[in-house]
Amino acid sequence: MIWLTWRQFRGSAMMTAAVLVILAVVLALTGPDIASRYSTGIAGCTLDDTCDRFFDRFFDEYQLPFVAVSFVVLALPALIGLFWGAPLITRELEAGTHLLVWNQSVTRGRWLAVKLGLIGLAAMAAAAASGLAVTWWSGPLDKSAVPDLALMAPLVFGARGIAPMGYAAFAFVLGVTVGMLVHRTLPAMALTLAVFAAVQFAMPLLVRPHLMPPVTGIFELNQENMGGIHVEEQGGPVQISTRPAVPGHAGSWVLLSDLLDPSGRRVAGSGEEAPVPVSVTSGPCSPREAGPQGLDACWVEINRLGYRQQATYHPLDRFWPFQWIETGIYALLALGLTWSSFWWIRRRLS
Amino acid sequence: MTSVLQAQALGKRYGKRWALRECTIDIPAGHVVGLVGPNGAGKTTLLKLAGGQLEPTAGDITVLGGRPGGTPAQLARVGFVAQDTPVYAGLTVADHLRLGARLNPRWDDGMARERIAQLGLVPTHRAGKLSGGQRAQLALTLGLAKRPELLILDEPVASLDPLARREFLQGLTEATVAHDFNVVLSSHLVSDLERVCDFMIVLVDSRVQMAGEVDRLLATHHRLTGPRRDPDRLPADQHVISAHHTDRQSTFVVRADAPIHDPAWTVTRLSLEDLVLAYMDRQTAENRRVAPEAQR
Repeated sequence: MIWLTWRQFRGSAMMTAAVLVILAVVLALTGPDIASRYSTGIAGCTLDDTCDRFFDRFFDEYQLPFVAVSFVVLALPALIGLFWGAPLITRELEAGTHLLVWNQSVTRGRWLAVKLGLIGLAAMAAAAASGLAVTWWSGPLDKSAVPDLALMAPLVFGARGIAPMGYAAFAFVLGVTVGMLVHRTLPAMALTLAVFAAVQFAMPLLVRPHLMPPVTGIFELNQENMGGIHVEEQGGPVQISTRPAVPGHAGSWVLLSDLLDPSGRRVAGSGEEAPVPVSVTSGPCSPREAGPQGLDACWVEINRLGYRQQATYHPLDRFWPFQWIETGIYALLALGLTWSSFWWIRRRLS
Repeated sequence: MTSVLQAQALGKRYGKRWALRECTIDIPAGHVVGLVGPNGAGKTTLLKLAGGQLEPTAGDITVLGGRPGGTPAQLARVGFVAQDTPVYAGLTVADHLRLGARLNPRWDDGMARERIAQLGLVPTHRAGKLSGGQRAQLALTLGLAKRPELLILDEPVASLDPLARREFLQGLTEATVAHDFNVVLSSHLVSDLERVCDFMIVLVDSRVQMAGEVDRLLATHHRLTGPRRDPDRLPADQHVISAHHTDRQSTFVVRADAPIHDPAWTVTRLSLEDLVLAYMDRQTAENRRVAPEAQR
C-alpha cells in the first residue's frame, strides 16, 4: 500500500520538491546578504538616530521579494488542498479504479489511512519547511516592515512560523473530504478552494483576535502613533487621526486605535478624523508659523492639550503563542475532517 | 450443496430510488454462473454488494459464508473485475502486477507473469495505451492471480469487439479449468454467457426469474407449436412461461420435467437465448398488465 501510494504520488511530490528546492536555494543565497546589510544599517543608524528612515529605505528595497515569498507560503497550503487533496478520491472515482484497488486484499479504511498519512505528512513537511525558511529569510525585513506588513499583521502572520503546517494539513484533508462528497475533480477543487479561502479569511477576522484577551492601553501622541493632520489654510478646525501602532510596542497587532479627547471621551475610531480646537492662525498649528520640523510642534501642542490614543492590541511577543494555538486549531479541524472521511469511505462511498 | 452467495430480501437504495429491492438469491458453489438480465435489473448493484463495494440498505447478504468486504481476509477470498475493467492509465503493466503482489497475500506471481507473456502484453507499456481488449485482459489477470475462491465479473466484455470478447471469455474458461474457483459473470447478452457458463440466473427487476444448471434448463424447457389452444387447457405439470397466439396457432414455452407426448404439438428444443428471452418477456408482460391498474 505504501508502495502504491508512492507510485501514484511521486510525480507531484517530485515537482513540488523541485519548486521548494529552488525556493530554498534562492532564499539561502540571498538571506545572508539581507541579514548583513540589516546589521550594518542598524549599526549606522543608531549613532545618529535615523533608524526610522533606514527601515523605510531597507524595506522599500526588498518589498517585492518580501511580498512574493510570503505569497508563496500563503498559497502553498491552498495548492496542496487543490492538487493533492481534492483529486485523491475523485481521480479514482472518475476512472473507476477505486473498484480495482478496493477489491485487492486491503480494506478501504487502510487504503485511506496510508494515503492520508503519507501524503498528509508530505504536505505538512513541505509547508513547515517553506514557512520556517521564509521566517528565517525575512527576519530582518519583518523587523523593519511598516505596521501593515509587520509580523503580527494578518497577511504576514499566516506566512511565517509553523502555522502554514496547520493550514496545509487542514487544506489537504479538506480537499479529500470534499472530493468524497462531490465525486468529480473540478467541482471538488473549486469547492475546496472556496471553503479554504473562507476559513482563511474568517480566521484572522473572527477568531485570531480572541485567541488571547487583547491588551488595552492609553498612550501619548508621538511620532509612532500619530496619523494624519489636516489644516485648512482659510481656517476651520484642525482634523487629526491616529495610526494603528503602539508606542513602545513595535510590531504589535493593533485591533483598535481610538482618539480620546482631554476628558477621556472617544472622539474618533481607527482611521477616523476628529476636530481639535487649536488655533490655525497663530501658534504651533498655524501653517504660516510651521518651522522646518513641519507640524511636529502642532502634535506636541495637541498632546499637551490632553488628547490621547487608546489602543487595543496584541503585542509582538505573542507571535509564537498565537502560532502554536492557531496551528493547534487547524490540526483539530484536520483531525475532525479525517474522522469524517473515514466514516464516509466506510458507509457511503461506492 | 453449499452456496457462494446468498441474499435474503436484499435491497439497496440511492436516495429515493431503489437499485435493488427484495432480492432473494442463492448461488450454488462449483459453477461458472451467468447472471443475465436487462439493463437496470440490478445486476451491477447485486455484484457490488457481493464484493463489499456497497453496503446493503435492507436485507442480508453472505458471500462464501462471510460478510462481504469487511475484512482483508474476506477481500482476499473474492476477486472482482468491474464493469469496463478499469486500470490505472498512468501505471505500467508491470506496475499493475506489482500492485497485485503488494496488496494480496495469496498473489500468484508466476501465473500473472505467464499470462501477461502469453497475451503479448509488454510490461513496460502504460496501461492507458492498451487497447480495450488488452486492458480487460490485464484486469482479468489481476483478478485471477489474486487466487480468489470466487471471482466476480461485472459485464467485463460489454465494451469489447467480438474478437476481444471471445479471447477474454476463452481466457476465463481456461483459467477455470486450470484452477478450481467459482465464477459469477454478468452480462445482458446471453450469447456471451452461453460459451462459458454452466449455471444461469435471470434477474429482472431485482427478482430472480429463473435459476438452474444450463443443461437441465435446456432439457426441461420446450417450445410447443400447434393448433390454437387456451393455456389453461395444458396439463398441470406443464408450466407456461410464455404464450403467443395467432388466429389458428398457439406457441408456448413451457417448463415440464416429464417428456411431452401430446401428438397435437410440434415440440422443439429452445436455445439458451430463447429461453432467457422467454423469462424476461414474461416479466415485462406482467408489468404491462399491472400498469393500467396503477394508472386508475
